[in-house]
Amino acid sequence: MDINLQALFAQLLVGLINGSFYALLSLGLAVIFGMLNIINFAHGALYMMGAFCAYFLLNVLGIGYWYALIIAPIVVGLFGILLERTMLQWLSGLDHLYGLLLTFGLGLIIQGVFQNYFGSSGLPYAIPEELRGGINLGFMFLPVYRGWVVVFSLAVCLLTWFLIERTQLGAYLRAATENPTLVRAFGINVPRMITLTYGLGVGLAALAGVLSAPINQVRPLMGADLIIVVFAVVVIGGMGSIMGSIITGFALGIIEGLTKYFYPEASNTVVFVLMVLVLLIKPAGLTGRTA
Amino acid sequence: MADTLMAPHRSAAASNDTVLSVRNLQAWYGESHVLHGLDFDVRPGEVVTLLGRNGAGKSTTLKAVMGIIGKRSGEIQFEGNDISRASSDRIARLGIAFCPEERGIFASLDVRENLMLPPAVRPGGLSLEVIFELFPNLRERLKSQGTKLSGGEQQMLAIARILRTGARFLMLDEPTEGLAPVIIQQIGHTIARLKQQGFTILLVEQNFRFAATVADRYYVVEHGKIIDGFANSELEANMEKLHAYLGV
Repeated sequence: MDINLQALFAQLLVGLINGSFYALLSLGLAVIFGMLNIINFAHGALYMMGAFCAYFLLNVLGIGYWYALIIAPIVVGLFGILLERTMLQWLSGLDHLYGLLLTFGLGLIIQGVFQNYFGSSGLPYAIPEELRGGINLGFMFLPVYRGWVVVFSLAVCLLTWFLIERTQLGAYLRAATENPTLVRAFGINVPRMITLTYGLGVGLAALAGVLSAPINQVRPLMGADLIIVVFAVVVIGGMGSIMGSIITGFALGIIEGLTKYFYPEASNTVVFVLMVLVLLIKPAGLTGRTA
Repeated sequence: MADTLMAPHRSAAASNDTVLSVRNLQAWYGESHVLHGLDFDVRPGEVVTLLGRNGAGKSTTLKAVMGIIGKRSGEIQFEGNDISRASSDRIARLGIAFCPEERGIFASLDVRENLMLPPAVRPGGLSLEVIFELFPNLRERLKSQGTKLSGGEQQMLAIARILRTGARFLMLDEPTEGLAPVIIQQIGHTIARLKQQGFTILLVEQNFRFAATVADRYYVVEHGKIIDGFANSELEANMEKLHAYLGV
């Protein structure tokens, strides 16, 4: 087989970019599921809100990309906290299905509202000046912004991993995932931790939204398209482990990219085929615990 | 039955000589009513043991005091604070530390993380040095996963981690359950030493012989009520009754 390295690396890069978004989103889903026992179907809509937040910041307030990277996750995270306080908290102790239905409905409502005002077409968001252009690596041409997305996402993922697996705050979080009653009986305000965890997961989704705005444009349905694949990623990786979500996210992005090169017809389905295989062989996912 | 021990009619608010004072404590698991009005007191520096058959309501009593049971009513005073409606995190921060029957060691945390998990609620908690002196095994296992420890080591860890917090009132739920005699002895020494240092301890025990080595007073719980109480010095005189209560 004749391998066109230029095209192969280009597809690998696309795969890495998609993998970055998969990883950021599935990481948030895993953290939320661990603490709230809720499969957050509103995740795609919140990702989209992150992108819109960046768009409004730029076009209404004149606040640029770098600030948006910080402000959008905070704003959308606060919106998530509002959702948790007013609605999700009442579902604690109930079956997964209730949380799934509620968040699914919330996602549709948010998406519907944005679609009503902005239609379905994309709004442009320019790449910030500092990240324009590209570098010729010899074997391929690397657009700077795309390289930035991969590196920055990876850094955020690893930082989140560090926060959860290596700090005292993370120890509270892991312990409360296992036995919230006992952790609370040690004097830790677990309900507040649950709220902040939801805010963190939502903030990660919004951050992914900001990162994606210059690449994919800002569209009300941008989350709906992506989230289906992300849920497949989560099923494959399993909900149990933070590092598992990160690695699975990037790995599936790369696999998708390779498929686009070697057998493009299957590139949209390869993730779902893998999902079916994993479900047949290891229903809890590759790194997951059985619930 | 010694009236001074039961003191059911004294107003809880007026008593300055109790750390914990419980009046008419009732509790429910869902629809089922499990505690039917308990009255008891724990005084500073005492080791008080709740005895009783399986299912009598001893563990539930500790959980009700800690605020981790579905529904409870009655008066619970801890160091002058009414905690009968407080959330468990607030109760913990007031200085009550709880060691549950199932030990509650976290599988996703290593031994050090388990040990460091409960936040300090008051100054003056035991230092790690003192804790490792009490439980030398723990020092060697710091990097192990919490649930990889033996049952005895897990129990030591469960006790050790609440000694760090500075809480001076400990509630230990069956600390000797399922453990080898040599480990039971070590836990007995630890409790004796904590008592010497002025800790107040409310203990739930099935192992009556173990309880006799550490307790100052006993309450007998049956069907969710306190049915008797006596001091350790009156133990011999109450032996026959006790055998009947516990059915041993």
